[in-house]
Amino acid sequence: MSDALHPGHVLASEGLPTGIARADAERRAAGKSVHTEPAAVRIALVLVALAFLGLFIGLPLVVVFVEALKRGAAAYVSALANPDALASIRLTLLVAAISVVANLVFGLVAAWAIAKFEFPGKSTLITLIDLPFSVSPVVAGLAFVLLFGAQGLFAGYLAAWDVKIIFAVPGIVLATIFVTFPFVARELIPLMQEQGTAEEEAAVSLGASGLSTFFRVTLPNVKWALLYGVLLCNARAMGEFGAVSVVSGHVRGLTNTMPLHIEILYNEYQFAASFAVASLLALLALVTLVAKTILEHRLAEEDT
Amino acid sequence: MTHRSAPFSALFAGVALTLAAGTALAADTTLLNVSYDPTRELYVDVNKAFAAEWAKSHPGDTLKVNQSHGGSGKQARSVIDGLEADVVTLALAYDIDAIAEKGLIAKDWQKRLPENSAPYTSTIVFLVRKGNPKNIKDWDDLVKPGVKIVTPNPKTSGGARWNYLAAWGYALKKNGGDEAKAKDFVKALFKNAPVLDTGARGSTITFVERGIGDVLLAWENEAYLSVNELGPDKFDIITPSLSILAEPPVTVVDKVVEKKGTRAISEAYLKFLYTPAGQEIAAKNYYRPRDEQVAARHKDTFAKVDLFTIDQVFGGWQKAQKTHFGDGGVFDQIYAN
Repeated sequence: MSDALHPGHVLASEGLPTGIARADAERRAAGKSVHTEPAAVRIALVLVALAFLGLFIGLPLVVVFVEALKRGAAAYVSALANPDALASIRLTLLVAAISVVANLVFGLVAAWAIAKFEFPGKSTLITLIDLPFSVSPVVAGLAFVLLFGAQGLFAGYLAAWDVKIIFAVPGIVLATIFVTFPFVARELIPLMQEQGTAEEEAAVSLGASGLSTFFRVTLPNVKWALLYGVLLCNARAMGEFGAVSVVSGHVRGLTNTMPLHIEILYNEYQFAASFAVASLLALLALVTLVAKTILEHRLAEEDT
Repeated sequence: MTHRSAPFSALFAGVALTLAAGTALAADTTLLNVSYDPTRELYVDVNKAFAAEWAKSHPGDTLKVNQSHGGSGKQARSVIDGLEADVVTLALAYDIDAIAEKGLIAKDWQKRLPENSAPYTSTIVFLVRKGNPKNIKDWDDLVKPGVKIVTPNPKTSGGARWNYLAAWGYALKKNGGDEAKAKDFVKALFKNAPVLDTGARGSTITFVERGIGDVLLAWENEAYLSVNELGPDKFDIITPSLSILAEPPVTVVDKVVEKKGTRAISEAYLKFLYTPAGQEIAAKNYYRPRDEQVAARHKDTFAKVDLFTIDQVFGGWQKAQKTHFGDGGVFDQIYAN
């Protein structure tokens, strides 16, 4: 339905790239290459890249699974069925769910505002959105302790209302939202800026309401980028260690997320159990990778 | 079931970020014991035994004791920042003093329970590789050239402070109370310790898992645990001729138990540590029991060693902390050059 509203978009995606693809295919069929480097250099470059990736990314991933299954499948399952491990998995899922929803809403709103409107302080807002990328997570965690801790700025109010933030689930959620802040917004802003406001203007001039313009024009236009941002946001939310470690209080079965639980198990000499939980996070990474590849493919199709 | 539903109820509160309580209070009692690194296994056992004991005298009630572990100083900081510990069981009195200074615990806390509020003790021993290839028998062997020592950083680790003070006390006694010679000795010792982890458990992992160093200065209980967990065929425990009596103290956090109404049960929990049953659990986890009968039963486990206390040699924790571990203190002078 959205296609009908932006014919120009469809035209662009049909014309040019397929032409290039065809030329590329012809060149390949003719056995010609655009590269001028000798074969040896090319092979060497590829090998170096592969060796580097294998050593620094592939091997650690393999080690995690090997260690996790060292004591057999039964030990692996029982490590994951442990009540504290289950609690950490539940907490991680909960925190990720809240953070992703919060940042999804925020990311859309911020990107919408930045891409479609002009207002004073716009560049400041963009800089602020990027801030979590440049601030160390530990500093972020400590900042929350300084704000919401018992010696912190809001200590009096929090005590009066008997609200617990630090060393409880809300603190962990806050810290996670902070470190995952930029992911959705950063994916959407360039895309929405590029798309401009022409389609929305067209929709409105055809009589669509604001809400229906958003859901039938804006949202469909950015849906793959949005999903991509959510994916990255989720991966980071589940894997975050530093900021969460500072605000967690490390109470077993209550405020330990999966990354924290992994460290605890490792420090308790329960190496197999520790890597069993770690393997879940590694699996998440693999799933993210596959989903990311699919989304990138979709994004490329939409973009061109 | 109670703590399972807590995070989910927080989901709805959390989405709107109204920041409702993350830990809902149920009719059943939940205590939080904030402790230091090596006591994880000890308090798993204590909590189980005490819950059973409590259920006997209070049928129908259920009790769950949650645990939080980390470096002693860091844990104290968390309690100060609002981690709602009903009881703290830390590595040294100084860390509890720090909490008391903020008004969360009565200043005279150490007099509230017997034996300086330390229901069990420990000491500092050496863990060496099997067969003791560097022939390390006593503190003097640690300063020999070519011996690599693994110990955590006294600035951040309670255990490391005990290590440091044990070495200092030994050198002081050997040199007839000459402070300058004791300083030289400890300086030579730290020259042989090139890497300082932040916590006791980190150092143990460095020594045991990564195979770094010839000797680990460790809590006695930590040394036994590593030997048991990772194979008696890999390590030997060496007990020096003289060491320090480490008294890890426990106390109730007054502000928290008053707010939660858990004073009675928290005090019962700590007193349980002094009962024969509690002492037996401590001994089984390689903490030296105070109870003489329990100690007699385990006399083969704990090597005989002359022990001095921090009060005897250093005039208490406040003084030792200020002289040795404060900014610009003796440790800073030793380690700077």
